[in-house]
Amino acid sequence: MVTLATFLIMWLVPGDISAEIGGIDATPEDLAAIRERLGLDRPLWERAMLWYGNLFRGDLGYSYLLNRSVADAVLERLPVTLSLAALSLTMATLLGMLLGVIAAVRHNTWADQGAMVTALIGLSIPDFWFGIVLIILFGVHLGWFPTGGFVPLNEDFFGWARSMALPAFTLAITQMGVIARMTRSSMLDVLNQDYIRTARAKGMRRHTVIFRHALGNSMVPIVTVVGVITGVLLSGAVVIEIVFSLPGAGRLIVGAIQRRDFPIIQGGLLITACIFVVVNIIVDILYGLFDPRVRDDR
Amino acid sequence: MTDSVGFPDTGSIAAEIARARRRRRREFVRRLLGHPSFLIGSVILLLHVTIAVLAPVLAPHGPTEINYRAILSPPSAQNWFGTDAFGRDVASRMIYGTRVSLRIALIVVLATGILGTLLGTLASYVRWLDGLIMRTLDGLMAFPGVLLAIALAAALGPSEMNAIIALTVTFTPRTARIVRASVLVVQGMQYVESAQAIGAGHGRIVFRYILANALSPLIVQLTFVFAVSIIAEAILSFVGVGPPPPAPSLGNIIAEGRSYVQEAWWIAVFPGLAIAIAVLGLNLMGDGLRDVIDPRQRPMGKGH
Repeated sequence: MVTLATFLIMWLVPGDISAEIGGIDATPEDLAAIRERLGLDRPLWERAMLWYGNLFRGDLGYSYLLNRSVADAVLERLPVTLSLAALSLTMATLLGMLLGVIAAVRHNTWADQGAMVTALIGLSIPDFWFGIVLIILFGVHLGWFPTGGFVPLNEDFFGWARSMALPAFTLAITQMGVIARMTRSSMLDVLNQDYIRTARAKGMRRHTVIFRHALGNSMVPIVTVVGVITGVLLSGAVVIEIVFSLPGAGRLIVGAIQRRDFPIIQGGLLITACIFVVVNIIVDILYGLFDPRVRDDR
Repeated sequence: MTDSVGFPDTGSIAAEIARARRRRRREFVRRLLGHPSFLIGSVILLLHVTIAVLAPVLAPHGPTEINYRAILSPPSAQNWFGTDAFGRDVASRMIYGTRVSLRIALIVVLATGILGTLLGTLASYVRWLDGLIMRTLDGLMAFPGVLLAIALAAALGPSEMNAIIALTVTFTPRTARIVRASVLVVQGMQYVESAQAIGAGHGRIVFRYILANALSPLIVQLTFVFAVSIIAEAILSFVGVGPPPPAPSLGNIIAEGRSYVQEAWWIAVFPGLAIAIAVLGLNLMGDGLRDVIDPRQRPMGKGH
């Protein structure tokens, strides 16, 4: 379905890739030769069949412009995107749950109000703009962090951490709000339950009750939201990679979209969609971990 | 006329129903306006709409008026939010940009609402279409939303209309899904069954009985689509596939400002602030609407 849709989108694309490869000096014969080499002279359905055929053999094709295979190009850049998403997911979850728990425990106080306003502001900020603001503030004026670029993890850990800190924080802030709100309402539900009162009544410490009993039983909706957010983060990473000039898969795909490098777009979108599906499966498994009822039903 | 003592005639029943309906509507509006977040949100949105509508009156300069004597000058009394690389007044560009951004978001909301309702209702009311429609929409949802919009907008070419199409296609699936879920619930209600029993036609059942009772989740969803559309338009412009310059949109001002973060922070910062405030307003409105329309369903709103 995904691949079919990309084919349809590309069919809509005006513009001719051969002109871009050939350059300004290319003669019409040159262009025709390029088109033939790339198989662009064949009708769309034939190209589609060929692509699907290769796909079953695990071959995603060859980039028009990068002079390398799609799988190589995407896989080389995927770790950047995934580590960015993972880092910001961790930040968003920790910050969001912290805010949510504070808000729920101090329900209807200034702390609650403050946490929820923070969450709402986080929700409303356009993430790419927030990234630019952080660059201006911490990159240009204070000089604490680089204004862009990427240092691989295996070369220099601190360099990597410095280059990833701002992008990850940018993504985390906008998603933190969603988690905070869900944690709060889920916690409030649980805190009103009888067993919480029982636990407190039998003399259990406040912290144990809050973190073990209340938070533990609030996890199912939170996990759902975290799952949804993982998807949002992966697509948000695309724009953040552009803002911070990180060499990730998102920037690769957007660049390919702009330059009509069809195989990269096709393969890149397919791989991203697969990651989406895997994330959903992981979320389903986590349900079972956090909610014994789901486990027993199976 | 002894009958009228025990059985009031149909005319007075109808009048009674109409009165009750009016009372309910007044009560609804009163509660909505009494809800602090809805109130604050609508004031913010109203402010933006006013700015958008009155753009030619409010803007101190033309949005594309070039002034080479004031290139990249910082915020001052003449140029509240500074000037850009062509000496254009950022504040004026923002005022006109608000117009473009709100117009795009509003059309996207309307189109998404209509398409979403149509597809969602068809999927749940016409059983054999369900699989076809929902699988197609699932396919669209398998893409990361931003990438789908960027790919569509790039394929169609950068223009305001194409940005609208790309965003509508991106947001319709989730909206249709919400409508479908809500219609499915209402469809199973007894009053729908009784309407079928007294021989109401499909059109009457769908519009008067089902949609009239199933649309509140849609309205809440649409306020959020509005908010997300404003951000998404900015992202499209930022990547370079939104409404093209020199005509300003809040997004493409930020995109231009990004090249000057070293020497002119004001170009990128202020339009983003305007977006954030507009989106904050819409989120507040959405929260308020959800609280008032359906107090049970508060997964993200106020507690108990």
